[in-house]
Amino acid sequence: MTTQVEKPESVKHAGHVEEHERRWQDYFTFNTDHKVIGIQYLVTSFVFYFIGGALAGLIRTELATPDPDLLSPLTYNRVFTMHGTIMLFLWIIPAGAAFANYLIPLMIGAKDMAFPKLNAVAFWMNAVGGLLLMSSFFVGAPEAGWTSYPPLSLISSKVGEEIWILSILVIGTSSVLGALNFFTTIVKMRTPSMTIHDMPLFCWAMLGTSILVLIGTPVLAAALIFLSFDLIAGTNFFNPAGGGDPIVYQHMFWFYSHPAVYIMVLPFFGVISEILPVHARKPIFGYRAIAYSSMLICFLGLIVWAHHMFTSGTPGWLRMFFMAATMLIAVPTGIKVFSWVATIWGGKINLNSAMLFGMGFISAFLIGGLSGVMLASVPFDVHVHDTYFIVAHFHYVLFGGSVLGLFGAVYHWFPKMTGRMVNETLGRIHFVLTFIGLNMTFLPMHELGLLGMNRRVAMYDPQFQSLNMICTIGSYLLAVSTIPFVINILWSLNRGPIAGRNPWRALTLEWQTTSPPAIENFDEEPILWSGPYEYGIDSYSVDTDKQVEELLVEVKGDVG
Amino acid sequence: MNIPSQISTLIAGIIITLISLWYGQNHGLLPVAASSEAGDVDGLFNLMMTISTGLFLLIQGALILIVIKFRRQKNDQTDGPSTHGNIPLEMLWTAIPTVIVFVLAVYSFEVYNAMGGLDPMASHDHHQQEIAHNHEISPSGQQGNESLIAMAPGQGTVALGIGAPPGQEGQGQPLEVNVAGMQYAWIFTYPETGVMSGEMHVPVGQPVKLNIEANDVIHAFWLPEFRIKQDAIPGRTSQLGFTATRVGDYPIICAELCGSYHGGMKTRLIVETPEEYQAWVQENQFASADTMEKAVAVNPTTMSEGEFLAPYASEMGIDSQTLQHLDHSHHHPEIIK
Repeated sequence: MTTQVEKPESVKHAGHVEEHERRWQDYFTFNTDHKVIGIQYLVTSFVFYFIGGALAGLIRTELATPDPDLLSPLTYNRVFTMHGTIMLFLWIIPAGAAFANYLIPLMIGAKDMAFPKLNAVAFWMNAVGGLLLMSSFFVGAPEAGWTSYPPLSLISSKVGEEIWILSILVIGTSSVLGALNFFTTIVKMRTPSMTIHDMPLFCWAMLGTSILVLIGTPVLAAALIFLSFDLIAGTNFFNPAGGGDPIVYQHMFWFYSHPAVYIMVLPFFGVISEILPVHARKPIFGYRAIAYSSMLICFLGLIVWAHHMFTSGTPGWLRMFFMAATMLIAVPTGIKVFSWVATIWGGKINLNSAMLFGMGFISAFLIGGLSGVMLASVPFDVHVHDTYFIVAHFHYVLFGGSVLGLFGAVYHWFPKMTGRMVNETLGRIHFVLTFIGLNMTFLPMHELGLLGMNRRVAMYDPQFQSLNMICTIGSYLLAVSTIPFVINILWSLNRGPIAGRNPWRALTLEWQTTSPPAIENFDEEPILWSGPYEYGIDSYSVDTDKQVEELLVEVKGDVG
Repeated sequence: MNIPSQISTLIAGIIITLISLWYGQNHGLLPVAASSEAGDVDGLFNLMMTISTGLFLLIQGALILIVIKFRRQKNDQTDGPSTHGNIPLEMLWTAIPTVIVFVLAVYSFEVYNAMGGLDPMASHDHHQQEIAHNHEISPSGQQGNESLIAMAPGQGTVALGIGAPPGQEGQGQPLEVNVAGMQYAWIFTYPETGVMSGEMHVPVGQPVKLNIEANDVIHAFWLPEFRIKQDAIPGRTSQLGFTATRVGDYPIICAELCGSYHGGMKTRLIVETPEEYQAWVQENQFASADTMEKAVAVNPTTMSEGEFLAPYASEMGIDSQTLQHLDHSHHHPEIIK
């Protein structure tokens, strides 16, 4: 007995095969097809990943020894400022947007996004913003860190700083346009038979993410516009020398930038909830709990920003409120982690590349989550704030979480996007190298921070050298780990075995159309014949094309 | 859901608990604790490590077991069992983290209160006092005063930092030290004795109260062995209270990015016996008038970066050539070398 959801060939409409064949030039145009935009986002974000990764390599090479011998301290500040900015704004957030663009209309049975042209505008703004940011390398890149706190940001590398502000404003606007699209599409464009509780969990996650973007980003924009006025017009919003208050900037900055962590990780929570049930052949455990916990995380994420400011201008009683609110996030996050483990427990695990990255995600994110609860505790945070403990924590969340989730997503949906399968051996090598590299790079950083190594320094006490050396070797391993990945993608794109429409026998709607999908996604309005994760139920398990056809007729009759 | 037999669950539970309890107390991850506050923070950290170790072992253990036990057999195309949820189990794993974070929040609150974090007096009278103090000895001179006066309406209403532990606020006078952060040094002045120094000296066992300010950008005053940190914010005064419990020499680190040489902005806290401390005060008081003059003479805001950094250069491991080169590129940010 097998689960079978692939539509038989006979149901397929002829003519679409030619129609959806794209030329490579399409990807360089103002194309309004959400799938093209998804790929545009994905490829662009990977380009920035390699640039940001190269900068990370420079940082780690510099830190292999205690002296600032490779980069001058000034250049070092520029390098880590650009590394942080690129990785957050041009890699993880756009990569999440890439999958959201590609998958949301397919998953909800829509032909395209609600606002296709706005969608294309959003992508091209992102690309332009990225190029603008890169241009700052030629005039003296910003050097005040990705947080760009005044007054430091007002007195150092002014041209670079202004370019930084402008590019973040452009990228932020792109992000708002994207979120507007995701939100409207999810709410308004679902195929008629799909209620909100039939939606795949990735859509729930993107619903939450979009709300956060729409609420948070304008506040960051306001902060940056004020900062820009201070910088070029000599106003004193944040400049203490003229009576301004730098702490107000921090509040406005973190009001966006804390939720931004969830903007970066929530989409990949969604991805994991898609990957695990398919490759474990079990329904997701606690669908509603996972869906609602995404919403709860959004709400809590909006009221905890001042935990980034426990040691700055935050009075004691306020620190207590933010401590309690921050700790509470452990509850919905814990629900997710336990539900994922329960989902795969007792399943029939296909340990392919997507599943390995999915399980690696849980494993690494767990460490980031546990250190996150520790950091919520004010007395402990006071000790480790702005140290390598923080660097370790957020890399476990954002590399161990988002990036592993992202690679899982690539392996899982590559057959849908390209019509070809990836090479699993290379995928597994990629995973093993990444997982070892990740832990080797970031685990020792916890200890470094606890012992007394502050972050954002090119020079440090020689007693920290051996731990730093381990981190540096780990980072080289991470660099090496991308080689099998790149080879795999390039090779599989042309030579991978043909995937068919549903190689994973998955139940979500995107697998019910051709791979890659035709221009308007579905030949006819897709019909839900099961929930998104109904694995292991006999009535959905069919093994002959004839049975599929019978089932289709039956379901259509019910709906009609 | 297929839950393992009760006996093996029980044994696994006991083993995980024992390992967590042991590791929580013996992780050895923290540096030496040199203040009365540090002991409390370490206790809190140990509890958090115990809980984290337990959860880590539980979930990583489950993942490893899953990989071993539930691998799909070759050619097995069937699905796993169709289990959608388990309400009692879900309630349990919602309730347990809720209780844990509640306990941690209350414990953290207690520790924070014991450290003096909720001292309402932390900067109650700061406004006038600090401005007065600044008129006397602000190392940045006139500019610093202006910014403080400009900020005055907001001053004194908000307590920033960590003050005196409860019950200690009124008892005796703590040793007061004014701390000024500037690119890229800390300057300590002792209002009672007029001593001014680039290193901080305090006697062991006596409560110390720091009034922290910054002259240019935001810095953060961090004592890793004391587990305390507070940002130095231009235009505001924040406070930090502690009591040193061990004689010794401890690093003082700037933890907030403050410019190119942020990594070199560090000095020492020397905790001495009361006698040694008195001797140090006297030695420095002798030259106090002299020191004040020198302090003006070496006012860092009037020095070029190269001049200012020369004494720190050897510490940072940079030679004069690098320094010159950096100095140059810093003044001309458009040139990337």
